[in-house]
Amino acid sequence: MCAEQAVKKKPVRLTLPEQEVMSPGHLACQGCGATLAMRYVLKSLGSKTIVSIPACCWAVIDGPFPYSAAGIPVYHCAFETAASTASGISRALSALGKTGITTLAWAGDGGTFDIGLQALSGAAERGENLIYIVYDNEAYMNTGIQRSSSTPHGAWTTTTPVKHYKKGPKKNIMEIMVAHHIPYAATANIAFPEDLVRKVDKAKAMRGTRFIHLYAPCPTGWKHAPSLTVKIARLATESNVFPLYEVENGVYKINRIVKNPKPVKDYLLMQGRFRHLTEDEVNRIQNEVNGQWERIVKLEQAFGNAPES
Amino acid sequence: MKKVLTGNFAAAYGATAARVNVIAAYPITPQTTIVEILSEIVANGELKAEFVKVESEHSALAACIGAQAVGARTFTATSAQGLALMHELIHWSARARLPIVMANVNRAMAPGWSIWADATDSISERDTGWMQIYCENNQEVFDSILMSYKIGENPDIMLPTLVNLDAFFLSHTSQVVDLYSPEEIDAFLPSYKPEHILDPDKPSSFGALTSPEHYYEFSYKIQKAHEEAKKVIQTVAGEFQKTFGRFYGLVDPYRCEDAECVLVCYGTIAGTAKEAVDALRETGVKAGVLRIRYFRPFPGEEIRRILEHVPKVGVIDRSISYGNRGPFFTETRDCLSGVQAGLYGFIAGLGGRDVSLKDIQGMVDIMRKDTPNPLIWIGVKDVC
Repeated sequence: MCAEQAVKKKPVRLTLPEQEVMSPGHLACQGCGATLAMRYVLKSLGSKTIVSIPACCWAVIDGPFPYSAAGIPVYHCAFETAASTASGISRALSALGKTGITTLAWAGDGGTFDIGLQALSGAAERGENLIYIVYDNEAYMNTGIQRSSSTPHGAWTTTTPVKHYKKGPKKNIMEIMVAHHIPYAATANIAFPEDLVRKVDKAKAMRGTRFIHLYAPCPTGWKHAPSLTVKIARLATESNVFPLYEVENGVYKINRIVKNPKPVKDYLLMQGRFRHLTEDEVNRIQNEVNGQWERIVKLEQAFGNAPES
Repeated sequence: MKKVLTGNFAAAYGATAARVNVIAAYPITPQTTIVEILSEIVANGELKAEFVKVESEHSALAACIGAQAVGARTFTATSAQGLALMHELIHWSARARLPIVMANVNRAMAPGWSIWADATDSISERDTGWMQIYCENNQEVFDSILMSYKIGENPDIMLPTLVNLDAFFLSHTSQVVDLYSPEEIDAFLPSYKPEHILDPDKPSSFGALTSPEHYYEFSYKIQKAHEEAKKVIQTVAGEFQKTFGRFYGLVDPYRCEDAECVLVCYGTIAGTAKEAVDALRETGVKAGVLRIRYFRPFPGEEIRRILEHVPKVGVIDRSISYGNRGPFFTETRDCLSGVQAGLYGFIAGLGGRDVSLKDIQGMVDIMRKDTPNPLIWIGVKDVC
């Protein structure tokens, strides 16, 4: 009782916006990273947002007709059309003189790295005024864990079974988007909500096509306990598997430099999808992660030092 | 104001006159000039609209869907392969009840590559829920676009419309088109005010996961809207005639009253057929033409009313449903069930092959001399 009263008296310092746009009554699996992702993003964007959602987990998470948990207008669109539908939404808002509304395209890795890549590239090249967020759970989770081009080397999925696990690295979507000369591209991770919210705030204040690659573990597909979602997500960044960085008008900035990166092995061992990997494969993945990290460091050295914006 | 225009110009001017808010389109021969003209019209400020120059037809219709869902009036145009690429979203836009208007320049499907007239592209979209019009001339292209917005946007209908014009025969052929006055058009076509839109002040979701508990009724409502559309089309046709002096119904009968044989057709073949009928009438042959304007909703009752006492009916299809008959033939036969008419199905003009006066007179000859036949190929060369 005493402790409770003490807490009440203490002024609470919030590090995230207090507003909750999303409702709790959604249909996600326990420990779903994509659900946290939307919740944090909407804390930043607020209710004056219209979202296009293609086929992906969120097409289900939001709820069946006539329910909706997002708390904002949701347009369920065809699988490959998150960016093209959002282009239409954004242009219509402009044509009708409706200001102060953010257009959001919200898609999974399948809908972004694979089937929706053409529409995304088109929208980015045209400079459509929208924020595109891919919540990346590294496979087609909504259809039941099939490999996508975002599935990392070594991972088991139902279409890359243990005997023929995924060979080759995941597609570097950030570099593809940076190559479109968009004003803003950033990685973010649900385990670092302050960094995520800061990035969404920054994107919201800009115009043009803004892209966020948001890391969101999937306990169902990665085969880990629902309680470990945030822990695994944090480990992904702390081991440099998923570095946090942003590219603003071509200028690279690493947002979190991990002084003593954790071994990638720690990250892999927590997930059933990597359980079959040999020591050699684990070492190979460690080397790849090191290489990727060095590459980002070099990019920052070469194209860093953001001019004041 | 009258101008000499190609069908593509008539389509672009139709969209402009309808004061569309958002255009999203991708070029394809022979539709391309529609995209070019609209780019010019938007760029020079004649039309205050957003033009999304997308990277594919699929994205064109997706952008129209997104824009229309926010409450914008949208337009797009395509042909053949482009229409086929849109197919997924053609279903989507109809089921989403978005009254988009699209001009489709009827072109043959590849391979081999063909840019010439053939209705197989649009007929392949028959079961999507879109309304479909087949135009005979450029004036009708312009007028049909205006009317399609008014019909589609009726709160009881809320369905998209495909306005078809034959490749080159209309798309690149110049004819006189009356463009009317902007004031008259604005009086005829009020601005688009849909009841349900994407609005942050009234957040709701569109197109969510739908169980068997509800999906069935959504389909039922689309069918009801098509049935209701037949009435609305007649009403709007009446209003249009009152304002602009031209009447466009579900069908366009020509000299059918006392006809002993009638050619049922669609698109530009109807113009040739009407001329053939005039010539035949001179020689004492009681022939007539029934042009079908709307393929969807299909005007079965109207066709039956006109044809039920006609002894011989021939249907000319610039399309073939492989493994069966010409698609308009099948549909016409269906609505004539129980009628004692001799039925002839002609396949003609595929891939832009010319359908001449002589060809049509030949069809009437067949109808007068031969026994009924549901599948007659006109002018097939020696094939081995």
